[in-house]
Amino acid sequence: MRTVFNPNQNQAAQVLTETLMDNLTEANTPLLPNALEIKNLNFFYGSYQGLKNINLNIQEQKVTAFIGPSGCGKSTLLRSINRMYDLYPGQRAEGEILFYGENILAPKQDLNLLRSRIGMVFQKPTPFPMSIYENIAFGVRLYEKLSKAAMDERVEWALKKAALWGEAKDKLKQSGLSLSGGQQQRLCIARGVAVKPAVLLLDEPTSALDPISTGKIEELINELKNEYTIAIVTHNMQQAARVSDFTAYMYLGELVEFGKTDEIFIKPKRKETEDYITGRFG
Amino acid sequence: MNQTTHINQAVFAVRKRTNAIGLFLSMVAMTLGMLFLLWILSILFIKGFSAINWAIFTASTPAPGSEGGGLANAIVGSIMLIGCCTLISTPIGVLAGLYLAEYGDRSKVAGVTRFVTDIMLSAPSIVIGLFVYALVVAQVRHFSGWAGTLALALIAIPVVVRTTENMLHLVPGSLREAAYALGTPKWKVAFWITLRAAKSGVITGILLALARISGETAPLLFTALNNQFFSTNMNAPMANLPVVIFQFAMSPYDNWVSLAWGGSLLITLAVLGLNILARVVFREKVQG
Repeated sequence: MRTVFNPNQNQAAQVLTETLMDNLTEANTPLLPNALEIKNLNFFYGSYQGLKNINLNIQEQKVTAFIGPSGCGKSTLLRSINRMYDLYPGQRAEGEILFYGENILAPKQDLNLLRSRIGMVFQKPTPFPMSIYENIAFGVRLYEKLSKAAMDERVEWALKKAALWGEAKDKLKQSGLSLSGGQQQRLCIARGVAVKPAVLLLDEPTSALDPISTGKIEELINELKNEYTIAIVTHNMQQAARVSDFTAYMYLGELVEFGKTDEIFIKPKRKETEDYITGRFG
Repeated sequence: MNQTTHINQAVFAVRKRTNAIGLFLSMVAMTLGMLFLLWILSILFIKGFSAINWAIFTASTPAPGSEGGGLANAIVGSIMLIGCCTLISTPIGVLAGLYLAEYGDRSKVAGVTRFVTDIMLSAPSIVIGLFVYALVVAQVRHFSGWAGTLALALIAIPVVVRTTENMLHLVPGSLREAAYALGTPKWKVAFWITLRAAKSGVITGILLALARISGETAPLLFTALNNQFFSTNMNAPMANLPVVIFQFAMSPYDNWVSLAWGGSLLITLAVLGLNILARVVFREKVQG
């Protein structure tokens, strides 16, 4: 019953297409190596199967977006990549996730080391109960021994990367909890960036934020992909189109379609993907 | 109110009457409780304040039959006993609570620990006093401040353990996940993130445990006993407010009875102060 013409929708579609055209020119660059190769991944919550035979490669220094309705396994997939699920007994993954060739699902994998290489930012901002400075220094101190001056430099560098330096430079000693929601989320990104991981996993990083903070974080993602490989889960279709190079559409624990973002959004191969993207389903 | 035709007036009247009776009964119960509490407090304040003077803080407990005297030795003794008890029970209680909340979610050891802690929470304090008497006093053959501290610590530790565990459970799991996501080892997550996030709740638990033990008499009766003279030797019997109150209140000497009232007021005010402090600390957490 879509008989009523909606001018706003049309405008949004136009913006979307323009963004995609921009991306098209970028996509002609030669393929970069894969940071992550996911092979036959099955995931179980007890006896319930959350992911079914996922096969997917995540390219180095690209943004890969995961979209799909709630409960489709996007976050589960993300949480498999840094083995966050290991914190909870009863959750297990089968198959292989190769991180630059090394299977991180192997039992002998050192989880702390893995998580220092594959950082994660969550849906809700989670500043630690300490100062802004300490929030960032905490993670760095875990694996590096820096002098005071070098640490100061690192904190500034990370805050600048997260576009928070201007707002936070005069209150580094204040509690991280004193920041606003959007600032807290950028602090969490700064914290993740500060330890210089190879991959950043973003689990709906902007869903709790206002449009301005969201815009800042999207700019940030575009900025960060020059140095990091990024995987982002989002419920916001425009966001996926704006920030990502590759998009994976998931439904009921299965990977329905995966490809370049412009291809997925302009001419998806599967009807289910098209239905979801155009809002007929989801 | 023209549309209330479907309401049965009789049912409505019964409900209103039940409400009135229920409200009346709860008011009576509250008044009874408050009445006795205010009664106790008013007598305590009237008799206690008249007993408090400068000498109570400077002079030691008087010998039988002598005039005047104070509670200096008992006040210092109580502070030392409670202070040492805090130093012992805080680390043990907090670490045990940390273990229960962060490590022992499903383990058998944790289940048993939790069960024993709950029993200890409700164990009569005189039993704990007798236990320390048998364990320490009967072995070394004299009463001592250390024995008193040990008895108080046995009462305080379960309180600290349980509040610490409960406060740590209130810390959102997302904060732990965020810490793990940086590659933080488990013990660092527990100490530097979770415990820190629950800090004010844990401090509140410690303060409430102190408030609980500062009035305990029975366990000290068998352990620290009492000392008529000023002493800071933890290896010797030690004066303390609760036991002094216990002995002086039943004595035939007017100045002793008066000192017992003064001591009672001091303990009550100290407990009140601790409770207020605990509330202030906890409120800061909610705001911060």
